[in-house]
Amino acid sequence: MNFEWLGRQFDNIVFLLGWHVLLAVTPLILGLLIALPLGWWAHRSRRIYPFLVGVAGLLYTVPSLALFVLLPVILGTKILDPLNIVAALTIYTVALLVRVVADALDSVPQDTVQAAKAMGYRAYQSLLKVELPVGVPVISAGLRVAAVSNVSLVSVAALLGIPQLGSLFTQGFQLRFFTPIIAGIVLCVVLAMILDGLIILLNRWLTPWTPKVVAS
Amino acid sequence: MKKYLTGFTLAAVAAITLSACGGDPMSTANNNSQASSGDSIIVGSADFPESQLIAKIYAEALKSQGVEVAEKPSIGSREVTIPALKDGSIDLMPEYGGALLQYLDAETKAVSSEEVAAELATKIPSGLTLLTASEAEDKDVLAVKKETAEKYNLKTISDLEPVAKELVLGGPPEWKTRVNGVAGLKSVYNLEFKEFSALDAGGPLTLNALLSGQVQVADLFSTDPALSENNLVALEDSKNLFLSENIVPVINEKKSSSTVKDTLNKVSAALTTEDLIEMNGRVAKFEDIGEIAKEWLQSKNLA
Amino acid sequence: MINYLFDPAHWSGADGIPTLIGEHLIYSLIALAIAAVIAVPLGIYIGVTGKGVFMIAGLANALRALPSVGLLILLVLLISPAFPSKMGYILPSLIVLVLLAVPPILTNTYAGVRAVDAAAVDAARGMGFRTMKILTDVQLPCSLPLMLSGVRSALLQIISTATIAAYISLGGLGRLLIDGKAQNDYSQMVAGAVLVALLALFFDQLLAFITRRVVSPGLTRRTVKATLPSGEVIPSETAKTPTAV
Repeated sequence: MNFEWLGRQFDNIVFLLGWHVLLAVTPLILGLLIALPLGWWAHRSRRIYPFLVGVAGLLYTVPSLALFVLLPVILGTKILDPLNIVAALTIYTVALLVRVVADALDSVPQDTVQAAKAMGYRAYQSLLKVELPVGVPVISAGLRVAAVSNVSLVSVAALLGIPQLGSLFTQGFQLRFFTPIIAGIVLCVVLAMILDGLIILLNRWLTPWTPKVVAS
Repeated sequence: MKKYLTGFTLAAVAAITLSACGGDPMSTANNNSQASSGDSIIVGSADFPESQLIAKIYAEALKSQGVEVAEKPSIGSREVTIPALKDGSIDLMPEYGGALLQYLDAETKAVSSEEVAAELATKIPSGLTLLTASEAEDKDVLAVKKETAEKYNLKTISDLEPVAKELVLGGPPEWKTRVNGVAGLKSVYNLEFKEFSALDAGGPLTLNALLSGQVQVADLFSTDPALSENNLVALEDSKNLFLSENIVPVINEKKSSSTVKDTLNKVSAALTTEDLIEMNGRVAKFEDIGEIAKEWLQSKNLA
Repeated sequence: MINYLFDPAHWSGADGIPTLIGEHLIYSLIALAIAAVIAVPLGIYIGVTGKGVFMIAGLANALRALPSVGLLILLVLLISPAFPSKMGYILPSLIVLVLLAVPPILTNTYAGVRAVDAAAVDAARGMGFRTMKILTDVQLPCSLPLMLSGVRSALLQIISTATIAAYISLGGLGRLLIDGKAQNDYSQMVAGAVLVALLALFFDQLLAFITRRVVSPGLTRRTVKATLPSGEVIPSETAKTPTAV
């Protein structure tokens, strides 16, 4: 490792890291916001469930480099627009979470729902205050998978020339220089671990009633 | 259920297919124009080391003349840099005459430095202007290993004619279709190689393939220190297939004050191809670009 | 895009679409085979003995976080100087693909073996089955659906990731994406993207079909749920990991 080089490139690396975080986290939040109502819908309707889950599975099979290239056609964006990356990863996040949200809501014990009803909760109150909170652990398990894979998927966009940590890979390759490549890999993995940890913390904070077992 | 899914897939594929016939996301129409403010000049560069080095030289030269400078290095390929110049995200960047001209007009017939400069002057987007081009250039060269050159007695590209059928040519993927690539080698030099191998633009893949013998003839760049380091022979382009690639500053007209013009013209006048080879060699050893730029300016009494 | 896909000139020759699809499949299937040879026995071993369970969840997550492009480039710089041929690029690509494919097969095989109803194993033992026979006649057939779902997501991962091999000058459908980008030819890129997506879809459906055919009818009526060591429950379908690349 050439630490002198890293020191000189510090500003540039921070810039790339910033973009990487933005490109990985925005789709996570957007995806969750879209997946919640869709998942609820799938949970409510036995007929819509297989359709939504099937479409999600199909979207999932589209390789990301392909999706990055195809989205400009649909969105009318330029090929180098970072929006394509955000949109593509949002699609993957939704595809993953729709099923997870539906299954999370399904997993809420019928007794619990009945109890809420008996306490006078209306349907929406029961959903927001009882069913969703009880489903949080399952949803956050799905969110962790999405977060970690988003971080890795963003770096693929370097092949198209969209700046983020993956640019360190192509740059290092041009110079036959290990330092940027290793720095990029380490930062990607650390970023994924931090996001993963944040979701675990968020999960614990949202579900204070669960026993404090360290989830791996 | 399955019917729905199959239908959905087909519909999606059809939609993409149809809409693909419309706009081209790789075209570079300019939609948002916000000019950079104030007197400071934003110097940008493309995503490869030599461009960053020359941009650094521009920036340091301007700073030493008291011009306020901001830098945006490594912003990407021309698909990004040219729109960025047009919308004022950057004001100045180093360009290569021939490659820029081809980007602006893929059908161009210009080859020599003079032809390229003359055509560029008419094709440059409004709002942008070109300063005086440097004599230094970084153009495509066909390179072979010394052994190959000796074996077949190769000095110019024309000398390849009798042996091309036995040799594999390596170059960037765009060479497959470009006039100044495989097509031009056939029409201008009557060369038909055994095979063309799509590698990268004068980068590690091409160099590696040439040195290891996967290809025998490779497209490299004239300022690449690897040419002399590896005893490679650059074949002379006697029929002028490859465009001249003189280094030229492209600048936003509004920022092109007389101080700025004078400074950059002096830099262009002092810069030589040999300087670039030497400095690229230092960049390849991971020396600091800023230091290299400052030392060069001092050696030419420009800072 | 229509033009590119339906131009007969693009359907023949050394860089024609059939050749590219062929190359893509060769890389993919070799990588899948290697990954299966590593992951299936290991998964069975861990599932049956319960040894090394702790490393499974960690390994799967850590490998998922590894950026494949970075890993590929790193391996190329490390390995290619030792080989004066295409092997210097093929080997790194295969390693990356295998690394991506091992976790889904491993976790699902393990989870599949674990998820086998303990009563079924007890019953088999009561009938006098030996440990090996229990494994081959009870545990493996029962864990087949989950195992195959692991293979399915591994193959998807591989097919999508194989596109990046073109960046380091190898063949496969990624060539259309990389060459299209270099030639400023968007229709070529779209053609490549559509073909990769269709290839992935085709193999996904093919494996789904195979799964339905080979899984014992006694199992198909029930949904298999598996519990990972971390305690998170993964229904067999979501055990798919997202397609990298």
